[in-house]
Amino acid sequence: MQDHYHAAPTGRNKPRSLHDLLYSKAIRTTFYQVLMAVAICALGLFLYNNVVDNLTRQNIATGFSFLGQVSNFEIGEKLIPYTPRSTYLNALMVGLVNTLVVSAAGIIIATVVGFMVGIARVSGNWMLERLALTYVEIVRNVPVILQAIFWIVVLRNLPPPKNAFVLGEFGFLTNRGLYFAAPASTPVHFWMWLALAFGIVACIIGTVAARRYREVTGRYVDMLLPGLALILGLPFLVWLVAGAPTEISYPVPKGFNYVGGVSISPEFTALLIGISMYASGFIAEIVRSGIQATPKGQVEAARAIALKPRFIMRYVILPQAMRVIVPPLTSQYVSLIKNSSIAVVVGYPDLVNIGNTMMNQTGQAVEAIAVMMIVYLGISLTASLVMNLFNRFVAIKER
Amino acid sequence: MKDLTKVFHSGVASATLAVMLLSVAPAAAESGDTIKAIIARGELLCGVHPSRPGFAAPDDKGNWAGFEADYCRALAAVVFGDATKVRFVALSSQQRFPGIQSGEVDVLARNVSATMGRDVSLGLNFTPPIFYTGTGFLVHVDSGIEKLEDLDGATICMAPGSTTEQNIASLFSARGMSYTPIVIEDNKQLVANYVEGRCDALAKDKAALPGVRAIDTENPEEHKMLPGIFSKEPLAMAVRQGDDHWYDLVKWTVYATFVGEEMGVSQANVDEMLQSPDPDVQIMLGVTGDLGEKMGVSQDWAYQAIKQVGNYEDIYLRHFGPGTPIELDRDLNQQWVDGGILYGFPIK
Amino acid sequence: MASPSLANPAPFDPDARMPAVEWMKRNLFKNAFQSVLTIIVSFAIMSLAWLLFRWGVLDAVFVTNDPQVCREAAGACWAVIGVKHRPMLFGLYPYEEHWRLVLMIVVYLATVVISLWPRFWNLRILVPLWIASVTAITVLMFGGVFGLRYVPSNDWGGLPLTIILFTGTVLIGMPVAVLLALGRRSPLPFARGISVIFIECLRGVPLITILFVAVNVFPLFLPQGMEVNKLLRITVGIAIFFACYQAEVIRGGLQAVPRGQYEAAASINLSYWQTTRRIILPQAMRIALPSITNHIVAAMKNTSFVIIIGLFDILTATSAVMQDPLWRRYYIEAYLFIAFIYLFFGYALSRYARQVEKWINIGRI
Repeated sequence: MQDHYHAAPTGRNKPRSLHDLLYSKAIRTTFYQVLMAVAICALGLFLYNNVVDNLTRQNIATGFSFLGQVSNFEIGEKLIPYTPRSTYLNALMVGLVNTLVVSAAGIIIATVVGFMVGIARVSGNWMLERLALTYVEIVRNVPVILQAIFWIVVLRNLPPPKNAFVLGEFGFLTNRGLYFAAPASTPVHFWMWLALAFGIVACIIGTVAARRYREVTGRYVDMLLPGLALILGLPFLVWLVAGAPTEISYPVPKGFNYVGGVSISPEFTALLIGISMYASGFIAEIVRSGIQATPKGQVEAARAIALKPRFIMRYVILPQAMRVIVPPLTSQYVSLIKNSSIAVVVGYPDLVNIGNTMMNQTGQAVEAIAVMMIVYLGISLTASLVMNLFNRFVAIKER
Repeated sequence: MKDLTKVFHSGVASATLAVMLLSVAPAAAESGDTIKAIIARGELLCGVHPSRPGFAAPDDKGNWAGFEADYCRALAAVVFGDATKVRFVALSSQQRFPGIQSGEVDVLARNVSATMGRDVSLGLNFTPPIFYTGTGFLVHVDSGIEKLEDLDGATICMAPGSTTEQNIASLFSARGMSYTPIVIEDNKQLVANYVEGRCDALAKDKAALPGVRAIDTENPEEHKMLPGIFSKEPLAMAVRQGDDHWYDLVKWTVYATFVGEEMGVSQANVDEMLQSPDPDVQIMLGVTGDLGEKMGVSQDWAYQAIKQVGNYEDIYLRHFGPGTPIELDRDLNQQWVDGGILYGFPIK
Repeated sequence: MASPSLANPAPFDPDARMPAVEWMKRNLFKNAFQSVLTIIVSFAIMSLAWLLFRWGVLDAVFVTNDPQVCREAAGACWAVIGVKHRPMLFGLYPYEEHWRLVLMIVVYLATVVISLWPRFWNLRILVPLWIASVTAITVLMFGGVFGLRYVPSNDWGGLPLTIILFTGTVLIGMPVAVLLALGRRSPLPFARGISVIFIECLRGVPLITILFVAVNVFPLFLPQGMEVNKLLRITVGIAIFFACYQAEVIRGGLQAVPRGQYEAAASINLSYWQTTRRIILPQAMRIALPSITNHIVAAMKNTSFVIIIGLFDILTATSAVMQDPLWRRYYIEAYLFIAFIYLFFGYALSRYARQVEKWINIGRI
């Protein structure tokens, strides 16, 4: 990084006179940096003093002690226990979990749609390619906020629960959200999730082991089917062992809404569609350029050694494409997480929305905004870290 | 290549220029003496609700109308003798407190309920309330909701960080009822959520609901308010702490509108009242005494406020009286002599 | 820029040597699978197009002042745009003064079109042009002179506000981006550290929180009695966010400049700033041009975030206008109209950028 001309060896010559001293690169460089440091410290001090002065003069409360106070407001969607008697910190946690849930769902959908559209962009079928291109141009060029607002208004204009769109007896589509039947909750589900997690870990270990084995012996072990069997089979086995509970909870109209089953709110849906469609356009372009970046010769060479087409995709094109795809994909994921903060426009109780209420109630704007910024910074840095690890995994191995 | 550099240079140059042009926007000198700053600026900066028909809302031509907008005008009349020297700054519920704290506005007349928490932790001083109301609910007529208890399990639309939000949490938990809040900052979006049926009820200050019903719905008769008032919401103007001078002026302007109505001095008869033999009227209108000067404004301050804007009754009837889109009973907002709780301190 | 691709279809060009039938064989009906795909996709496109056509043209109402007419029609109600276009495009700006906004848009577009023309890429033309046009726009927007009514920036809205936010973002953001990028590659460790921290911290938070800071918190950081215009605060907020992304793009360009260029500059004893200004930056900017344009388009879309802080840009104005109970149900038409405006400018900008890339590649600039 510092390898350009500045690293000229002038600094090594001992300055002889005052003139030399003043004009020596090392001295001047240090001087500039000290100047910069002083300027920045002074600016920081100036701003800090102003804030302290303004807040104390006007008698505005400061500090983070409000986080421990009772929040006294209800939250519409919560995945962890919370009541209006809980503290502001609890409320923020609810918001954080909501942000993470909508972001995770958004990342999955955006990736799936993005890869599908991206592959369609290079499918070799002119018609499909044009269609994919149109999709990409539209979702990329319309602001994500406009997309989210559009979807929330569409969803709000669905029929009310009384005359819902009925999807068999399994689901109802209303302006209150989508209600659908789901297996009634039993303790078995917990063990099934555990089995699923175990299956995924086992599958990863198996794949790595198979690769080692191949590298050592040259014999190929296909881990696709065993892997799937591990991931899907284990939870199924747990379910069978637990006596195969088949009870299904159906949504039934009661009071203002439906009770039973699973429901997804319009706010969540609109935000999810908005942020994932927006991101899918960018991901599609990333995937397209990744695939196109694989030199033709690689495929030809693979064909020449009679590799099965399935293997060509898996062992020749994808590994090389992934190397190009993953780094920009990381920044798309991070920006999707950050885009989820537009939830405040549609009314989904994410971190910013809760933080906003907190800011209004306590009036401590500086602290509330600082909390939001720090949490997002943490999320973004974690996401980058995870994706960088993944990148190391797919990056070219130089041996 | 050279040209590209030049383009870049011209970009830098124009950016600098743009910044310079934009920053010459007048900076308010606010040195603890708000009145002086207002006079130096030539206009009063009044923080109002972006869109609350009846209290403050711009019409199609961008002119502000409403009860609270008129109180801003009355203040301008007191300070300048000219009710038009006011600039309305629409503040969202998120920006209202930072707006007054940072000096973006001189006074907040934005449907703010005076509470002790806000008084002591936000660095605010509240004037005497200009409107007494409480939390109310607007519901769809065909929903069959008749009373608060029917709202158990309902979805309710409300604004973030409002006292309404807290009242409902207390109301429902006291009755062991549950609800799902839909919280949206933007008032128009919030109302749309209710009107389009996303929420069973819209919760707001009761005084704000008739405006929603009359103006934001297609068929007002399809919506009704639940009977009863569910909390105390004294809507008051707010100023920053630390400038007693300005606080006094705002406070006594409010009282002047109260006392004006009590003494029968209205916009219509204020000129005749200048000849009134009643010493109290003479003092208030500045015919005798020097109270105006002592407050730091001209002697005829109350005369100007009543002449140009009106007394409490004038202002009330203009926006909530019979024949307006939003008819509201005066209820608590009557003079103490008429059974209300408006009680202007004597101006003498 | 044609990269070797696995399946890059030839562009459809009737004048090319390939006959249409041959082209179709290759790009539409290569094998059974492709043929089925083509048929399915064409069917889907055609039925979708027919539905849209029926809704948007055949059954649509184009001009009326009566919402009842729209209610009886089965299709789109484009009349809503005719009825509501003024509050949508101009927001809360005083109604009688709307002509000033029309003039402002004309002046702005003219300036932009001239600036995009390589023939005028000359400092002596561009600087006076922009000074004149920024002055004219300022006068038109604020008024207060030449008998124009004074309109405070609080009352600005609609498309002009979007334009001002966008242009301000780019004009303020680009120089900051260049400084940050240079800072990040600076030989001074301190400057490097500060730039890295600044860029990474701002890129790690959502734009919304920066807007919150600009609107709600920043005034508290100023000494008592000092105030910065709210619109300026917001513009600078968006601009700094923009600059942090742009800085990374420019840094990519800087890194791609061959080392020999630095060495050559050093050998003729150019100073750091001379080297940067005359040798390195012009090359780096050219290398980074495609990504720079992407972020400029993104900046235009990002201006819509001001809806969260209640600034009346074109999106906020539209969503406020669409609460009118009489016209509320035609929100799809209104939002499509706004989306089309964004699409148009975004698409035009990226097409122009591609043209500039071409000019660069053939050595015209």
